[in-house]
Amino acid sequence: MWEALKRLYHRMGSPKWFYEISARWLPWFAIPAALCLIVGTVWGLAFAPADYQQGNSFRIIYIHVPAAILAQGAYAMMAIAGGIFLIWRMKMAAWVAAAIAPIGASFCFLALITGAIWGKPTWGTWWVWDARLTSMLLLLFLYFGVMALQKAMETDDTSAKAGAILSLVGLVNIPIIKYSVEWWNTLHQPATLKLTEESTMAMEMLIPLLIMIVGFYLLFATLIFMRTRNEVLWHERKKSWVKKLIEAEK
Amino acid sequence: MFFDSFAEFLAMGKHGFYVWLCYGITALVIIANILAPIRQRKKLFEQQARLQRREKKNASEA
Repeated sequence: MWEALKRLYHRMGSPKWFYEISARWLPWFAIPAALCLIVGTVWGLAFAPADYQQGNSFRIIYIHVPAAILAQGAYAMMAIAGGIFLIWRMKMAAWVAAAIAPIGASFCFLALITGAIWGKPTWGTWWVWDARLTSMLLLLFLYFGVMALQKAMETDDTSAKAGAILSLVGLVNIPIIKYSVEWWNTLHQPATLKLTEESTMAMEMLIPLLIMIVGFYLLFATLIFMRTRNEVLWHERKKSWVKKLIEAEK
Repeated sequence: MFFDSFAEFLAMGKHGFYVWLCYGITALVIIANILAPIRQRKKLFEQQARLQRREKKNASEA
C-alpha cells in the first residue's frame, strides 16, 4: 500500500505522465459529474418538498451549500498543493495550485451571490456583516490574492512560492468560517450538515443535497484536470514531447 | 413532483425570481468554468504552432 502510494506520488511528479493519464481519467469524472448535477437539480427543484418556514426559496440550498463547501475544500487543497511545492519542490504541485485558484474563486463567488439572493426573501436584506458572510468574503479576497501572487514575481518559481505562502497563511480562515455560526450567534443559520451528529434535514430534502455536493466535487475534479493539463503544456512548451504534440495537432 | 402544475413550478411560491436567478447564475458560472480551459488550450496550441513554424523557417534559412 505505502509503496504503491509512493510510486503514484513519483509518477504524479512527471508532467508527461500526468498529461497522458489525465486524458483517460477525464470522462470518468466529467460524465458522473453531469449526471449528478442534472439528477440533483431536477430532484431539488421539482421533487423535494418545500421548507415549512422558508417555502420554495429554500431550494437555493442545493447550489449554495455545495458551492460553499467546495469553495472551502478547494482552498484547503490549494494550500496543501502549495505546501507540497514548498517542501518537496514538486513543480506539478505548483501547477495544480495554479489550476485550483480560479476555480475555487468562482465557486466562492457563487456561494456569496446565491447567499445574498437567498437572504433577500429570508432575512429581508441582501447583505449583513455577519461573521459567516464576512469570513466567506475574506476567502474570496484570499483567492484573489493568491491568484495575483501566482503571477506577480519575476520567475515562475518565486511566483509559485509567494502564492503558496499566502495560501498557507490564509488557511486559518477555514476553521473560522466553519465555526463562525457557533462562535458568533448572528443572522446566518447554523450548519445543515454535520459530520458527527445526525443532520437536521428531512431525508427527501437531504438526498438531493448530497447528490449535488458529489456532483460539484466531480465537476471540480474535471476542471482541475482540464486546467492542470494546460499548465503542463505551457510550462513544458519547450520540451520535445510537447512540440511533437503541437505539430501533430495540425 | 411537488408542484401541481408547470406554472406553479415556475412561480416557486412567491420566490420564483430568487430561485431562478440563483440557478441561472450557477449555470453561467459552470459554463464559463468549462469554456475557459478549452479556449486557453486552443490559444496555446495556435500560439505554439506559429512559434514552432517560425523557428523551423529560421533554422532552414540560417
